[in-house]
Amino acid sequence: MKKHIHDVLIIGAGVVGTMIARELSKYQLDVVILDKNNDAGDGTSSANSAIIHSGYDPEPGSLKAKFNVLGNAKYPKLVEELDVPFIQCGSLTIALEDEQIPVLKELMERSKLNGVEVSLLNKEEVLKMEPNINPEVKGALFAPTAGIIDPFNLVVHAMENAIDNGVKFLRSQEVLDIKKEDDIYKLKTNKEEFYTRIVVNAAGLKSDKIARMIEDIDWAITPRKGEYYLLDHYAYGLVNHTIFPLPSKKGKGVLVSQTTSGNYIVGPSSEPAEADDVSTDTFTLNNIKKAAMLMVPSIPFNQTIRVFAGERATCTRHDFIVEYAKSDNHFINVAGIESPGFVSSPAIAEYVVETLIRPLITLRSNPKYNPCVKKYHRMFYLSEEEKLQTLKENPNYGEIICNCEHISLGEIEDALSRSCPPVSIKGVKRRTRAGYGKCQGGFCQPKVLMLLAKHYGVSPTQIPLAEDGSYIIDHEIKEGK
Amino acid sequence: MKKVDLVIIGSGAAGMAAAVEAKRNGIDDILILEKDERLGGILNQCIHNGFGLTEFKEELTGPEYLQRFVEQVKELKIPYKLNAQVIDLSKDKVVTYSSKEDGLVKLQAKAVIMATGCYERNAGAIMLPGDRCSGIITAGTAQRYLNIHGLMVGKRVVILGSGDIGLIMARRLTLEGAKVLCVSEIQPYSAGLNRNIQQCLIDFNIPLYLSRTVSKVIGKDRLEKVVLSAVDENLQVIPGTAMEFECDTLILSVGLIPYISLLNYIDCPTSSAKGAVVNQYMETMINGIFTCGNCLHVHDVVDFVSDEARLAGRSAALYIKDKINRNANRINVKPGNGLSYVLPQFILEDSLEDIVIKFRVRKPVQDQIVWIRSGETIIMKQIKPVMIPSEMVMIKIPKEKLAGIKEDIIVSLEDR
Amino acid sequence: MKELTCIVCPRGCRLRVDDNMNVTGNACPRGEKYAINELTNPTRTITSSIRVTNRPYTLVSVKTDKPIPKDKMFDVMREIDKLSIEAPTHIGQVVKENILGLDSNIVITKNIE
Repeated sequence: MKKHIHDVLIIGAGVVGTMIARELSKYQLDVVILDKNNDAGDGTSSANSAIIHSGYDPEPGSLKAKFNVLGNAKYPKLVEELDVPFIQCGSLTIALEDEQIPVLKELMERSKLNGVEVSLLNKEEVLKMEPNINPEVKGALFAPTAGIIDPFNLVVHAMENAIDNGVKFLRSQEVLDIKKEDDIYKLKTNKEEFYTRIVVNAAGLKSDKIARMIEDIDWAITPRKGEYYLLDHYAYGLVNHTIFPLPSKKGKGVLVSQTTSGNYIVGPSSEPAEADDVSTDTFTLNNIKKAAMLMVPSIPFNQTIRVFAGERATCTRHDFIVEYAKSDNHFINVAGIESPGFVSSPAIAEYVVETLIRPLITLRSNPKYNPCVKKYHRMFYLSEEEKLQTLKENPNYGEIICNCEHISLGEIEDALSRSCPPVSIKGVKRRTRAGYGKCQGGFCQPKVLMLLAKHYGVSPTQIPLAEDGSYIIDHEIKEGK
Repeated sequence: MKKVDLVIIGSGAAGMAAAVEAKRNGIDDILILEKDERLGGILNQCIHNGFGLTEFKEELTGPEYLQRFVEQVKELKIPYKLNAQVIDLSKDKVVTYSSKEDGLVKLQAKAVIMATGCYERNAGAIMLPGDRCSGIITAGTAQRYLNIHGLMVGKRVVILGSGDIGLIMARRLTLEGAKVLCVSEIQPYSAGLNRNIQQCLIDFNIPLYLSRTVSKVIGKDRLEKVVLSAVDENLQVIPGTAMEFECDTLILSVGLIPYISLLNYIDCPTSSAKGAVVNQYMETMINGIFTCGNCLHVHDVVDFVSDEARLAGRSAALYIKDKINRNANRINVKPGNGLSYVLPQFILEDSLEDIVIKFRVRKPVQDQIVWIRSGETIIMKQIKPVMIPSEMVMIKIPKEKLAGIKEDIIVSLEDR
Repeated sequence: MKELTCIVCPRGCRLRVDDNMNVTGNACPRGEKYAINELTNPTRTITSSIRVTNRPYTLVSVKTDKPIPKDKMFDVMREIDKLSIEAPTHIGQVVKENILGLDSNIVITKNIE
């Protein structure tokens, strides 16, 4: 059999990999993207603060600073095209002691160097904007361009859009070995072999492992775990902006923010961890609680609906790595994309394609390229008239599956009909928010599971909660069906 | 906008009993809205017996119990809508529901009865420490998979929490062939009824560990191991007391919470029972919005749910006919020593009915005097040999005894 | 002297039975009957469910219409496993008469249209 040779193969379908895939889909190329997980955005991209940072914080001159600022500017258009919930709510970095005011001023200087619009607020101005902040607050740095995004939809819709424009996405493919023969890379996965001219390593927490498959490297990923609380969406008006403490060496610290769905997120911690460790522990969560209550004393932690953890792909180089491998420019490492990775990803993608890939291969415009995904109808965000119109077109949008978040059958069926459909309970949850509410799927999980089993024509025992192997139903009982 | 005298949200043991009673009290224009495809609510999956001893003087299973009410609803020709999820309730009693059949519909009600039941505390709410693997499931969800669909959630099971559903599921899973390794309860006493400890655990030699909780769950994709640790009197894990259980399933039976998002959205005040604050008519702080059953406070016996719902149904009828004196003085009822909550939280003076005070104790107690006092006045005094948190206590106060009472009423316990 | 928990109603009385089968601690006569029965011939009502053949992934609930000996619970369960029914079902409908010769029928406890 003649081997099929791809132009570009991307390892890792997180926010970086999918954004690069989408960027490449503008051109007439044969692009394939692999992920070891069974869905796009299942790693670091699925468990983070979901903040579109303004860019005041990174070291001036660093790649983090550059891509953050460039990326932030791309968001308003990007979220229109990809139909992703996004709110440019602005951020407040607050000083709780007088000695911290000079630090705010330093940050202000840094913002200027990074080209980020900020302003310094005094105590009264802060409390007027955010009445629930600790009244001991001394001042704050206000960054109006910061925002919050639905991180799951951003990644999945970027993937969907790339697939719609011709990219091939293969799930549950873990790259085990990479070799170069006659200018062609040969990749062996747990399932099959792939051939490609160019490799983009966007493997997140495993990017150092992948990079070492072709050469020795002078950097490494040292994962840092961050734990979070997610609160229900009743305590409206707790905070309107993303609230940060002053940054430290360990990172931006514990933040308090609303999410695009009106929930509140509190976290993260920052501790070294093994790769793929997303467990939570009581001690760390208690520390987060204490740190957050210093800033916003009235956080209703009794409204917690979930605690979770994610891992940052922190790199020993302390900056993003977006460059050719030392030994070969057809192997591109995009690694160490920790915060501000989400906001930076569209700018990184553009740089990878236009600056690093363009010299390697002829880029002809894809005449069929459409930057937009097919419009989503999320009943939660629609106006009364839009809801009625949607129901007129498809009555299944009236049949509510998730009681807590009022997610309809129509929305779940729509997600299943797309080019990057969910295969797990979590996949449905991330795309539609079914099971995202206070009962955490207690009521709707059986309904969603039966829908998935029916859609894929398999036994309910085959439907995973998240990754392959995370089955929910052990076996069927009783004779017959 | 379509007008309806009385909208009842939910058709479980509470909703149907409320509807029947309202109808019998002269309200004809009623609509029950049920989110599921059949009437009856959660009782549909409670296939075990033990229901109806008070209500029907015989022992019934959940589906048999609910069927008695379905028949009454049908006989009285009370209108209901299935597959109709209420997504909004406004303070002026506009009810919005969504269904495939009708789309989005707004109804202007004169009175509303919330009978939406409860939901289960889950891994998120208890901040379960450890991995995020599958195989961790609430007891009610496991019950639905098993009893409605015939799907078993596991083979080797640990149960956290000794609430009744957890105990019932221990028996159910054992009878269906699973190995239930143990039930672990963080408190030093069981949260379930004694009879369920006997017939669900002791009958099957399933150990019950008290003062122990899950200190870690371990599993990559599916649960592999549960670590149980002893806790001190502040319910904090004591290091060095870990017991490990290799299992594929952890069932959570760690409490039920009134499911009242609709009331939360309109800032309806709630009590320590986690349901709405109500008066003796089961009316919330929002005029004309009534509530009853497990969405008011979680009951241990369904018969008491139906009884409480009848009071709500009767009261809603009185309200619609404008028979409740809205300008009457309010007397607060407060939980005193030893109580976790008391219902109702306030009383409108000149009550039309005798008042049943309902409460739960914080911990198991013996030989207690229950005092119901207002200032210096002793309204009632009752001796109770045994009270446990899993059993709701009810004390009826004849309405005459409240004549002249103006100050807050305090319900408290005292050693005999 | 033996102690046991009454399972007749949710109250769950603590019963004490002396060597002459005198029962104390019961709040009602059913408790006395239960205690004596439990010590001489313990029985239980079994509730379970069976497949509805013409409704995919749907079970209907059943029970033994009389209590069966406690030590036969698993035997009865394995017999119930073999049963199935076609909808519509009606409460009280007998699916299996005199199961294992124990003088108890398996009856439907739920109406499914």
